[in-house]
Amino acid sequence: MKTKFNRSSCYKIISVIAIGIMAVAFAFPLYWIITGSFKTSAAINATTPQWWPTEWVMDNYRKLFSRQMAPMWDFHIPFTDISFAGPEMPAAIRWLLNTVFMAVVSMVLTCATAAMAGYALAKKRFAGRTIMFSLIVCAMALPKQVILIPLLREMSSLNLYNTIWAVIYPIVGWPFGVFLMKQFAEGIPGEMMEAARIDGAGEWKTFSTIVLPMIKPGVGALAIFTFINSWNDYFMQLIMLTSTDNLTISLGIAKLQAENATDFGLIMAGAALAAIPIIIIFLIFQKYFTKGITMGAVKG
Amino acid sequence: MAKKNSMSRALMRRETIAGYAFMFPSLIFFVGFVIYPMIQCVFTSLFDSTMNREDIFIGLANYTELFQDAVFMGALKNTFVIVIVSVPVVCIFSLWVSSVIYNLHGAACSAFRCIFYLPVVTGSVAVTVVWKWMFNNYYGIFNYLGTSTGILEKNINWLGDERYALGCIILILLTTSVGQPIVLYVSALNNVDQSLVEAAEVDGATKFQCFWRIKWQQIMPTTLYILVITTINSFQCFALIQLLTSGGPNHSTDTIMYYIYYNAFKLYRYGYGNAMGVVLAIIIAVLSAIQFKMAKTD
Repeated sequence: MKTKFNRSSCYKIISVIAIGIMAVAFAFPLYWIITGSFKTSAAINATTPQWWPTEWVMDNYRKLFSRQMAPMWDFHIPFTDISFAGPEMPAAIRWLLNTVFMAVVSMVLTCATAAMAGYALAKKRFAGRTIMFSLIVCAMALPKQVILIPLLREMSSLNLYNTIWAVIYPIVGWPFGVFLMKQFAEGIPGEMMEAARIDGAGEWKTFSTIVLPMIKPGVGALAIFTFINSWNDYFMQLIMLTSTDNLTISLGIAKLQAENATDFGLIMAGAALAAIPIIIIFLIFQKYFTKGITMGAVKG
Repeated sequence: MAKKNSMSRALMRRETIAGYAFMFPSLIFFVGFVIYPMIQCVFTSLFDSTMNREDIFIGLANYTELFQDAVFMGALKNTFVIVIVSVPVVCIFSLWVSSVIYNLHGAACSAFRCIFYLPVVTGSVAVTVVWKWMFNNYYGIFNYLGTSTGILEKNINWLGDERYALGCIILILLTTSVGQPIVLYVSALNNVDQSLVEAAEVDGATKFQCFWRIKWQQIMPTTLYILVITTINSFQCFALIQLLTSGGPNHSTDTIMYYIYYNAFKLYRYGYGNAMGVVLAIIIAVLSAIQFKMAKTD
């Protein structure tokens, strides 16, 4: 008995150490981005890498912010030629604002539409419900990039090409959110809605006062999930956005990289600017995020 | 009785109207930006379609050309190499990590889980540019580590060499793919029915038997889900290739996804690209069906 105990705890200790080393390797690229963004160009181009920067400088960030300017916002009134441009500022900041706007709008629209649709699919008995649900599951199993060409042509015929909306709408349309909300809404006891109906509550009132508070954790999970995924959804952004003012931060860095392939300090500053806000958000809402991932897998 | 029937019919109608009303906002986006483009994708694949010109119906010519296109066949092969290597590695690695960390102290477990998820959150572009630096011919740390420890005789141009480029891409893909499976496995392992495990231990089952006979059976649905999502993710590998190698050198890292993009944006061959999309969708559907079937018979 004693040797058995020893052997299994020995295996465990070795595994934990091995996984610890792996974890260091996994965190290393992020460490390399952040330290790299503060290194001098001499340190970056040294053939012997500087594991810890001996000298911390802001040069890379200064270069990133001064190399290109863009108006802070550019609001265009539809069907007219009138538009309002904001004050000039570094393009990188504009890209960050574009990304935040895109992620927040995608998140709000996705949560609102998915909560309603998920509730209907879980609790309403209507004709066509099963067909619709199987359509959603099938669509989820397909890679969304397959539809890039039709989507591109659709967006240009809707005059949405090269606007942030061309990125937002497909994200909202992606049915994962509906699927997730259905899983959550199924847990609501039917008696509660029955009681609300007997009390004379209308459909909308039932939804907003009974259903919504009960699926709140699910909505939270979906919100953070959508926010992070749309922030990082490079593919859709790449095909839909072209002009400098409309880029997202991911696209901006990709462009930076294409134009200054070997200025690694500058590129790392851009990468840090893109990665750090989203990592902070992830760390704050980590619990909800994990819940979203695991709930999506149930009956997946 | 008749009255009750008409009541329930009225209720049915009310339910249907309410159901569709609640579905409506979501349906606009789902039909408009997912279903409609999918139908368009199949439809346009039968046309010779490009910019600023009417589409010309050519039947299945795009598909016959596809299977005679050496670059497409190469891309298909590369895609399969990526999937065949990355799917088992991701599954086994994440199962190993999760089985060790799931019963660690709560904070330690979530710290590990977080770190393995970091490359996913960091975003494909930021991750890719830093790896590009690390693989760099002159300033990269891989060449430095290799030459200074004597493993490599001279610097290797990792991403510019046909022999290594695809391997490098798979390595990066692996680091960005294990995060979600680990989260899923940790939660699945925590949900394993402990009374069964204890009963088996009392009956003298070894740790290995316990795992294989009880836990493995119970986490099977999770494994299946992980297999499906990892397969889809590996097929979708795009940002890495577009930013690191653009399919080169000499098409050695072309994948179907990249080749679709290339046809749409460099050659403006929309119909041909759509035909590839249809083929890719069919391949993924068949693979998912096989995975489900295998899991059922197990």
